[in-house]
Amino acid sequence: MTDIAATAQQLAEVIRRYQADYIEARLEESQTSHITYRGRELESIGRAVAAGGNIRALVKGGWGFVSFDSFDELPGKVELAIKQAQFVGNEVSQLAAVEPVVDSVPAGIDRNPVTIPLAEKKGLLDEYNDIIWRTPKVQTSVIGYSDSFKKVILVSSLGSNVEQAKADTSLRVNIVATDGSEVQQSGISIGSRGNFDEVQGLHRQVEETAQRAVELLAAPQAKGGEYTVVLDPILAGVFVHEAFGHLSESDFVYENDRLKEVMVLGKTFGDEALNIVDTAAIPGMRGSYRYDDEGVPATRTYLIREGKLVGRLHSRETAARMNEEPTGNARAINYRHPPIVRMTNTFIEPDKASFEDIIGDIKEGIYARNWYGGTTSMEMFTFSAGEAYMIRNGKVAELLRPVVLTGNVFTTLMNIDAIGNDLEMNQGGGCGKGGQVPLPVSNGSPHIRIRQCLIGGR
Amino acid sequence: MDEILAQASKVADAAEVFMVTTDETQVQFETNRLKHIQSKQSISLALRISREGKTGYATTTQPGGGQELVDMAVETARFGTPVKFEFPPAGTYPAVEVFDPVVEKVPLETMVEVGEKLIATVTSHTPEIICEGAVARATMSVHIINSRGGEVSYRKSIFSLGIEGSLIRGTDMLFVGDGESSCQPVLSADNVTRAVLQQLEWARDQAPVPTAELPVLFTPNGAASALIAPLMAAFNGKTVLEGASPIGKKMGEMVFDRKLWLWDDPTVSYRPASRPGDDEGVPSQRTPLIEQGTVAHFLYDLQTAALAGTRSTGNGGRNRGLPAPTPSAFIIAPGSTTLDDMVGDIKEGLVIEQLMGASQGNVLGGDFSGNVLLGYKVENGKIVGRVKDTMVSGNIYQVLKEIAAIGSDARWVGGFLQTPPIYCPRVSVASK
Ligand SMILES: [Zn+2]
Repeated sequence: MTDIAATAQQLAEVIRRYQADYIEARLEESQTSHITYRGRELESIGRAVAAGGNIRALVKGGWGFVSFDSFDELPGKVELAIKQAQFVGNEVSQLAAVEPVVDSVPAGIDRNPVTIPLAEKKGLLDEYNDIIWRTPKVQTSVIGYSDSFKKVILVSSLGSNVEQAKADTSLRVNIVATDGSEVQQSGISIGSRGNFDEVQGLHRQVEETAQRAVELLAAPQAKGGEYTVVLDPILAGVFVHEAFGHLSESDFVYENDRLKEVMVLGKTFGDEALNIVDTAAIPGMRGSYRYDDEGVPATRTYLIREGKLVGRLHSRETAARMNEEPTGNARAINYRHPPIVRMTNTFIEPDKASFEDIIGDIKEGIYARNWYGGTTSMEMFTFSAGEAYMIRNGKVAELLRPVVLTGNVFTTLMNIDAIGNDLEMNQGGGCGKGGQVPLPVSNGSPHIRIRQCLIGGR
Repeated sequence: MDEILAQASKVADAAEVFMVTTDETQVQFETNRLKHIQSKQSISLALRISREGKTGYATTTQPGGGQELVDMAVETARFGTPVKFEFPPAGTYPAVEVFDPVVEKVPLETMVEVGEKLIATVTSHTPEIICEGAVARATMSVHIINSRGGEVSYRKSIFSLGIEGSLIRGTDMLFVGDGESSCQPVLSADNVTRAVLQQLEWARDQAPVPTAELPVLFTPNGAASALIAPLMAAFNGKTVLEGASPIGKKMGEMVFDRKLWLWDDPTVSYRPASRPGDDEGVPSQRTPLIEQGTVAHFLYDLQTAALAGTRSTGNGGRNRGLPAPTPSAFIIAPGSTTLDDMVGDIKEGLVIEQLMGASQGNVLGGDFSGNVLLGYKVENGKIVGRVKDTMVSGNIYQVLKEIAAIGSDARWVGGFLQTPPIYCPRVSVASK
């Protein structure tokens, strides 16, 4: 196999010979394994290796990008990227100034999850599957385990030379229960930065998930309409990611004057107790790294502080064009894509309220828990709770069918009127944007309460 | 490839090598102007073996790494699923036109012109709109060989263009968009332009919506975003085999409205989802799924078909990992009612162009529920404006059981679906 470290050094030389406002090469090699169970049976077990890279060039504000699996004729690929950039460019290139970085960052794990024997991984999943299938009325289930270990090397015309190793493991369990023509499902989603221990010991949680899928068969559907809704930390984390996080990605904003007006710094977005942070700089979470895919060091960025918009996420280009500081948020899911502005670990900071304080004065409302999915159009969001309960007279009452919550981002942020003291981070998420999905991220929050939230139903 | 097959055959009872190489060039527009040009060259090689009756599977992007690939496949075969099928032997394939050599020769200048013209037309209609767009051409070659002598190889070309526009007034945001793709060059953006301008016209004003059961007309895009995911899950042979499909035991029963006809067809000329054979080398065929509202068939790959005691329908697809039953292109038969007549029939109701997040719910159970990203209010037979803060929910087994009318003009959506507008008399609508 190609030695990507040696190839990267050659490319660093090649890049120096060409004229462009900026050129970078990113090379990657990765190994992955996956095991999928569908129903009682193992469905798929596989291994994969991949190696490849890309060249990205900037000329007069225009970008060229060439990705490849074959390491032959690399200078030709550099030339193609530059030619493309020249074809596009007709203004002045702008990139925020950063110091060149030369560094090597290890994965920070004791053992590479990919090299753990398949027998050990399969043994664990067998235990989980036995638990699922001991539960009556379970019709089918899917268990998906995957892990990866990759090495990424970035060299640039700026003189940066950064090698980073990254590992990831994820486990998803989805359990379907049926009764006659009724079908209900429940799931869990766990991720970690390559630490296999995190997906072990979940027997209890798997059992509860199976039981919940069955319980949902008999649960009523919420009546559609407006409710006071309390979100648990997992769902509130999805909310902050979907409903607000994507809006703070500057590539949506930087050339859009009307959106700039909407997202003007200093504007009030919520109550004074609302603080929202994105940071890749805390180690050990799924969205963590030391340098982004442009070689910019990770930072801690307050997006909302005391209810006011105070910051946003940047690549070098968006920072320069908005005349703000780069935040190190340019990420690419793999070498087949250029880096774009992405979130990392995003969360609402805790306030003072206990869970009892939050639900205590709700006469009739909905307590929505857990994550099923979510998406946003910037203005509107919609996301699904994995489970939901009625709140009656300040108490959590009967179980409901899963609910879909939707609303206007800006109104809903304003309608958050209580923030708990119990911040929890969820490592199970994967974010999609511009065809790059699922990018490892984490998100989190304490319990929060939202007034007048629209719930779908029939 | 032959070498890898030979290496694998030494340690396995049967083996199959699948290789696809792709070369794609895309011009991308941001904020109404050209911003990026990207070229992507990729190679993907997958080895599937049967060893001691079990499946082994491994992939790589490096054709030179044959021995490593074989070793990984052997490692996984210790734990793999029991192999219940045989690889297809040498056979004959239908002639399906999916390659046009002109596609890879379309100059960058022409691609840029097509995109610029598209954006210019849209922005001259609505000057404040901000558009992102892409024009792309790709060629791919697929080659499958197996140890029983089976072999299929073909080339495919794809040309596509698409646009998304956003119109922002304060915190009010309107999103419009459309796209078109073909195995032949799409050098006129007229269809896409017409669709986007129509969306802008219909969304010019805003209109209030009650919380009620209302007649809802799904446009082709609307049907794609709301109704298709539950259908794809229900007709998947694997879902059926597991007993998780609500229609799995209803073959021959009338589950849907008798106006509804659906089939899977990978043989239509120059459609991006078409191909002479599937990803396991099984010849392509047209498979009826719903005939006159009656469940007619399900989609199978080799392994699932063997387990279910039936034959592969040529729907083995490789999205991630091993082949699995995958639709090629879903086609819903057009009806005889024009869009105007259907809208004219609605006293108070909605036209849905895009439901956001509709497939987050219990897709397997047939549920869809989403926020109306783009949709219009109909009053007394006329579209009066765009709706906002509105949620539409339903279950396809209720909504498609009683269809008021099916439109006469079908459209391709996203390369994988051809559908006419579908008009449903009662769908649950919740609004602020
Ligand atoms: Zn996201």
